[in-house]
Amino acid sequence: MKVDELSTITAAFQGIKERAESRWQKLWHSGQPVILVGTATCGRAAGSLEVLQTLRDEVKKQSLECQVIEVGCMGYCYTEPIVIISKPGYPSIAYGHVNPVIAERLIKEFILGDNPCLEFVIGALEKNEFVPSFSEFPRAEYEQKIILKNCGYIDPEQIDHFIASGGYEALVKVLGMPPEEIIDEVKKSELRGRGGAGFPTGEKWEICRHSRGRPKYVICNGDEGDPGAFMDRTILESDPHSVLEGMVIAAYAVGARYGYIYVRAEYPLAVYRVQVALRQARELKLLGKNILGSNFSFDIELFQGSGAFVCGEETSLITSIEGNPGIPHHRPPYPAVSGLYGKPTLINNVKTLTYIRHIIENGAKWFAAIGTEGSKGTAVFALAGKVVNTGLTEVPMGTTLRQVIFDVGSGIPGGKCFKAVQIGGPSGGCLPESALYLPIDFDSLSKAGAMMGSGGIVVLDEDDCMVEMAHYFLEFTQWESCGQCTFCRLGTKQMLEALGEITKGKGKIEDIDMLAELAEDIKAGSLCGLGKTAPNSVLSTLRYFRDEYEAHVKEGRCPALMCQELIAYYILPKKCERSCDACVGTCTVEAISPNKDRIKVIDKEKCVKCNTCLVACPLQYNAIVKFSPPDQVPASR
Amino acid sequence: MKTVSLTIDGKEIRAKEGEKVLWVALDNGIYIPNLCVIREALQSPAACRLCFVEVEGKDKPVTACTEPVIEGMVVNTQGPQALRLARTAFELLMASHPVECAHCLSRDSCELLKIAPHLKVRLKIKRLRGLPRGLPIDSSSPLFIYDPNKCVLCGRCVWVCRERLGIGDISFAHRGFQRVVATFGDEPMARARCSACDECVTVCPSGALCFKDGKGPKEELNRPVEKSKS
Ligand SMILES: Cc1cc2nc3c(=O)[nH]c(=O)nc-3n(C[C@H](O)[C@H](O)[C@H](O)COP(=O)(O)O)c2cc1C
Ligand code: SF4
Ligand code: SF4
Repeated sequence: MKVDELSTITAAFQGIKERAESRWQKLWHSGQPVILVGTATCGRAAGSLEVLQTLRDEVKKQSLECQVIEVGCMGYCYTEPIVIISKPGYPSIAYGHVNPVIAERLIKEFILGDNPCLEFVIGALEKNEFVPSFSEFPRAEYEQKIILKNCGYIDPEQIDHFIASGGYEALVKVLGMPPEEIIDEVKKSELRGRGGAGFPTGEKWEICRHSRGRPKYVICNGDEGDPGAFMDRTILESDPHSVLEGMVIAAYAVGARYGYIYVRAEYPLAVYRVQVALRQARELKLLGKNILGSNFSFDIELFQGSGAFVCGEETSLITSIEGNPGIPHHRPPYPAVSGLYGKPTLINNVKTLTYIRHIIENGAKWFAAIGTEGSKGTAVFALAGKVVNTGLTEVPMGTTLRQVIFDVGSGIPGGKCFKAVQIGGPSGGCLPESALYLPIDFDSLSKAGAMMGSGGIVVLDEDDCMVEMAHYFLEFTQWESCGQCTFCRLGTKQMLEALGEITKGKGKIEDIDMLAELAEDIKAGSLCGLGKTAPNSVLSTLRYFRDEYEAHVKEGRCPALMCQELIAYYILPKKCERSCDACVGTCTVEAISPNKDRIKVIDKEKCVKCNTCLVACPLQYNAIVKFSPPDQVPASR
Repeated sequence: MKTVSLTIDGKEIRAKEGEKVLWVALDNGIYIPNLCVIREALQSPAACRLCFVEVEGKDKPVTACTEPVIEGMVVNTQGPQALRLARTAFELLMASHPVECAHCLSRDSCELLKIAPHLKVRLKIKRLRGLPRGLPIDSSSPLFIYDPNKCVLCGRCVWVCRERLGIGDISFAHRGFQRVVATFGDEPMARARCSACDECVTVCPSGALCFKDGKGPKEELNRPVEKSKS
């Protein structure tokens, strides 16, 4: 690059940055309070739009000089809606489970008055004397936010916020570097793709750079079809420019002219915020023809997928952009050599691309110092299932599952016992308690029979049946299979039928061996990653919980008391309180009636096993229990 | 184009570099089961998963229809791992294919009946569950019957109709276990745009599309190509 071109770029960006910074300063240092409301999908589901409206109405009604701003998700989804108030003289304080009533109080008592309403506080953003700050939370010791850093703290619809927090600086830096040097930096960082398989990113970029064929494309894979996974959505909704910046840098490095960002149409907010971000980036010439006045041109189009899991598979995603049914193809050729319209195409996951600006800014060495031998950097997990703090977390690779579930996630609710963790979504596997001390990275997980996948973590407790779990995930993959290849279309169906019969107590012992054999063949024989990983949930549960399968088959017993056909409800006469009839009224099929001693009895013939009575029985009596197999229930008198 | 030498099942063969192992084997009298691949087509869908072979130096079996030949390659079509996969794939197909060969009009031309003895697989699969699809049979066409229950989803009929004839009257619909070859809007064949040229029937390997009188011509799609003496 010529010196004068470089100075044009720097000068152009300087102007943009100064404007952004002055707006940012004005927002935070005008002496007025600022209110941030988390309105990502998780917040909206909990009612944050009503909270936002209330806050805006109140501000207007009271004629306050106070900005109310929408931000994305901080990762504490379990306590949404979240509102952060930054009032001069106080630290910035985050409030959880805010509803319109609380919102009104916050305005009246904190903004107008001097009562920070400590009863609703989750924590403060910075250290102070009043309120514990997030950095003092036990989970802070384990978390390290790189790609989630901006999420929940900036307005995703204002490019100025992103730029003021250091955004697009990596792009400016890169425009003065030879592409080979950038690729070298990414290679040295040892970044591996976060779309599931963990392919070395720098290597992929290099292959694409060296592939002949023009034009080249960059695709950002935001399909995110795994049930329970929402990290890509969160990033797209909370910090879309981070992704765009990564794409532009990637395009410059591999020599691409056009890009697609593939987001499922079921993510309307992500779609909207990406569109806004694209428009704003174009307006500032950070995207489009002659970016920042350089010779480099690159533009991105948003593509809305129709939400099939298999469309997340790269070859399938590409055919779907081409306008054909999303059906995977045999590889090689890999997309980096021959992808979209037969041209070299770099395809990376949302998270992978988001790391790029940080690697460029802080250097490969910095990144490679985080994590484990084979897996560098951080991992983003979506915590779900039987865990207290559901939500998003970002921890260094090599953190143990124990730390993620018990320290970050605060363990299992209701005093229940941990049983297993399903990691990596439907392609991943179920790991038992012994795996809790496993440092999580790409290689350790696949060795243990799971995989990093998209980073979904579903925690299971003593009430979860492992056969049912395997059935649940296989049902998903079977349903989402494109159906073109024999193993995946018919093999997973065979497995699903067998699992279904086992959960009903109709399985045979040969079925267990058949499942294991067929699973191996489906893994080895399927055309694409969907089929190749579909049997993982069955294989891993067979490996660690074979006894549960055998209990179902040999004894007709479900050890977790979950499989409906293998359990019966029973009221312990000794515990049932004569004067109480809490359960009687709740039973929708009138299966419960008192006997002559006014002890309640369940009519097994009528009972539909809906579990309502068990929940209704007051804790102090705790008289209703489940038995498995059902014939264990004592005869009623 | 460069020629290379390789061996398949110990037989020394010269072939064009980059040609797929499947065609090289078939043209040299070595049969490898296959259903979904068509020589005239640009690419194999690699969907039926029957053509697994073992290649020296690769730890896993590969599909012969996608594997290009290279100099010095050693291919084994009878390796235990490859055969295990091919057999399981075939068993899976047969477990959801109505085995009523005695009454089947396509008995004489059925390719499944040719593959079964080659892979030494019985037609009735014991270790798997029968997975019938329960779909209605379409006998609306004056000349042929379409029984989707027998279909192995090889896609030959779809390819012939769309690519060779340029009609595109039939195509794949739905996904997963529901995947099926159907006309647009699932119209009966007689009412769809079908011109009753019967080309699809002549290529169907499974009896799903078959002539009402059971006679009609059959086209061997992937017949071996005579080697030009060079
Ligand atoms: C069934 C299936 C679903 C997938 N879904 C996604 C997805 O939702 N998002 C994603 O980034 N990658 C997904 N992948 C992986 C992609 O094929 C591809 O490897 C990835 O986008 C490459 O990006 P990376 O190198 O940054 O990981 C999926 C793969 C399979 C087999
Ligand atoms: S493995 Fe499943 S999803 Fe993948 S190509 Fe085969 S049938 Fe389609
Ligand atoms: S109808 Fe026959 S040719 Fe068509 S896909 Fe089915 S088996 Fe193949």
